[in-house]
Amino acid sequence: MASETDVVPAITTRLDEAEGFFSRAISKGLGWARKYSLFQYPFVTACCGMEYMTVAAARYDLDRFGAALPRFSPRQADLLMVVGTVNVKQGPILRRIYEQMADPKWVIAFGVCASSGGFYDNYATIQGIDRIVPVDVYIPGCPPRPEQVLDGIMLLQRKIQDQTHRLIESRPQPLPAGPGREPGAKAG
Amino acid sequence: MSKAAIAALAERFPDAVYDAYEGPGGDDCAFVRKERILEVCRFLRDDPRLAINLAPYITAVDYLGREPRFEVVYNAVSTRTRVRVRLRVKVPESDCRLPSVTSLWRGADWFERYCLDMYGIHFDGHPDPRRLLMYDEFVGHPLRKDYPLKGRQPLVPERRVDDVFRGPGPAGRD
Amino acid sequence: MATNHPDQAQARPAPAPSELDAPLQSKRMLVNLGPSHPAMHGVTRAVVELDGEIITDMKLDIGFLHRGFEKSCENVTWAQCFPYTDRLNYVSSIMNNVGFAMAVEKLCRLEIPERARWLRVVTSEIHRICDHLTLVGAMGMELGAMTVFLYGIEARDLLWDRLAELCGARLTSNYARIGGVARDVPEGWIEKTARTLDRVAALREEIDGLLTRNRIFADRTRGTGRVSREDALELGFTGPCLRASGEPWDLRKASPYLVYDRLDFDVPVGTNGDNFDRYLMRIEEMRQSDRILRQCFERMPPGDIMVADLRYALPPKPLVYGTIEGAMAHFKLVMEGIQVPAGEAYSYTEAANGELGFYVVSDGGGRPYKLGLRAPGWPMLAALPHMTKGALLSDLVPTFDSINMIGGEVEQ
Repeated sequence: MASETDVVPAITTRLDEAEGFFSRAISKGLGWARKYSLFQYPFVTACCGMEYMTVAAARYDLDRFGAALPRFSPRQADLLMVVGTVNVKQGPILRRIYEQMADPKWVIAFGVCASSGGFYDNYATIQGIDRIVPVDVYIPGCPPRPEQVLDGIMLLQRKIQDQTHRLIESRPQPLPAGPGREPGAKAG
Repeated sequence: MSKAAIAALAERFPDAVYDAYEGPGGDDCAFVRKERILEVCRFLRDDPRLAINLAPYITAVDYLGREPRFEVVYNAVSTRTRVRVRLRVKVPESDCRLPSVTSLWRGADWFERYCLDMYGIHFDGHPDPRRLLMYDEFVGHPLRKDYPLKGRQPLVPERRVDDVFRGPGPAGRD
Repeated sequence: MATNHPDQAQARPAPAPSELDAPLQSKRMLVNLGPSHPAMHGVTRAVVELDGEIITDMKLDIGFLHRGFEKSCENVTWAQCFPYTDRLNYVSSIMNNVGFAMAVEKLCRLEIPERARWLRVVTSEIHRICDHLTLVGAMGMELGAMTVFLYGIEARDLLWDRLAELCGARLTSNYARIGGVARDVPEGWIEKTARTLDRVAALREEIDGLLTRNRIFADRTRGTGRVSREDALELGFTGPCLRASGEPWDLRKASPYLVYDRLDFDVPVGTNGDNFDRYLMRIEEMRQSDRILRQCFERMPPGDIMVADLRYALPPKPLVYGTIEGAMAHFKLVMEGIQVPAGEAYSYTEAANGELGFYVVSDGGGRPYKLGLRAPGWPMLAALPHMTKGALLSDLVPTFDSINMIGGEVEQ
């Protein structure tokens, strides 16, 4: 429950404080739980995978952020780490993996090839995975130093804490745009 | 040592092997007519003075504007006799086929598929002539000089990305 | 419970049906492995046809990491190609840099200074050790030995720290230049690296002790993925995989380049050509690389690291500001890049994985006309269906590990 993550409104009435008190507390609690237990899906393609291996290993330990365990099934993962270049042939597979993951889910674009295509501006590479999946945190670098990756994970954790979490999501989440679907369409 | 190899080749196939030369750094090279490349490679493999047992590295070059347009290059080495030769085969665009050497060395398989995928050069007798690196929906041969560098053919429709650098609008704009 | 007996590596004959057997139909199952491969080998798709647990056929589908290396290099200057070559075999990137630089120097007919050669050998061998550590670590991890992975990554990290002090980057080093290397070693780097090598050697011996006589590791890797010597040659294998099958072909001894003819090292050769031999090759080659590095540290002479030819190397600043030739050379190099004479050349080096070849064609200009790559891992990956035919599905994992397929070089 870090104080830096609390957003204090300028004028607070007692009604505002009373309303939503429990939902805010639940949101903070769920945010705390979710940010410290990230199950990553390491979608490793290229050279950044070597730095990913380093980040997951003993020296730059990802375990102390709670994000140690990679889940190689998208159904069991909540953090999609896209590590390395995604080319046009791999694009549909990334999209499918993203759609197979259950909410809540976050996406990290690890490396400059995933963030913007890197220096492979040619016929084969997707210029950034945000063209096919929505991205939460971009970690540039070719490859990024492990300290950068850890900083990116911490940024993501701050973002997760600041999001609104509910125990029961009664409103359906908007689906990402896809073939036969408009962007922002609601799930049936 | 490799000069003797090229000389042996030229002596055995005087009409198929021509223009033997020495490239920079001492590479021994020769041109070969495309119809006879299979016989020449068989000689390379079976003749005891050459004994090229390791599958060669096959690649292609697109000399756009020159006739014949393509050139298929075989870089071969022998682990027994330490001979290293380079054979260049000129292939015109109108008749973009040459015989496959996969019957001699199975390792030539993917190199030839790469030439097919990237340049559109067909190899007769190849056991599995399909694209190697590009996807099936891709139209064209990317390493040809007339194929644009940024000629992307997306498989997944791209999202609308609003950011400061690229500006608002569909991502497919650039 | 040795299910991996060498005799049983080939397909077992189907048992004869008896009248008491239940009439169960069995059919072949098609299993899709990849392309999002959990084993961090990059992205390869293998469609495996299974009869129970036995692989009857396998089709490989690659191209999920094709980044257009050749086309990109045709559209940048010669010196700008170096980062692209870095990312080919990204675990041992300096070897790619050196191979490309040697190809261009062959075309330009350049002789690089002595110290630059030694530095190229030093950094290449350090990256060779890193490559082998990655392979052994990944192989251990995928067969269940997570500790080996952590030790390997720690050793690799130590070496990367030294390389970061030298080249500026841990992984994609961009160290070689056309005409020499980028920068000289910092103060005290050689002693520090020698001490790092001691620590890496200790970790390597620990990994060796954990895996080589390990019953589970031996059961899974002995006798699996066996390739005979003639088959390996015909399929185009080079490097440790070829030597593990019994063919003593090492380009550092057969056609020495840089300073390898002055160094004293052995080339290990295997006998069986199975996964265990390929693993042992890597451990032994790490020992030999260690030996090479210590000799290099003792014998490396001081001197220039870059050729003094103003057509290829940026002139030193006093010349640029003081003389007309220096200013002109600087201007031409920065605005137009290096102009390589027209022609074609093929350079071959012994990379960590085998013969790394660069076929370079120049039209006399500042950009490559064609930059062809002979990736050492390519024939081994293409031969994977041959190597696993008739083997158990679980034999696919150590086989796929031991051929060291690096996605960047295989899919260019």
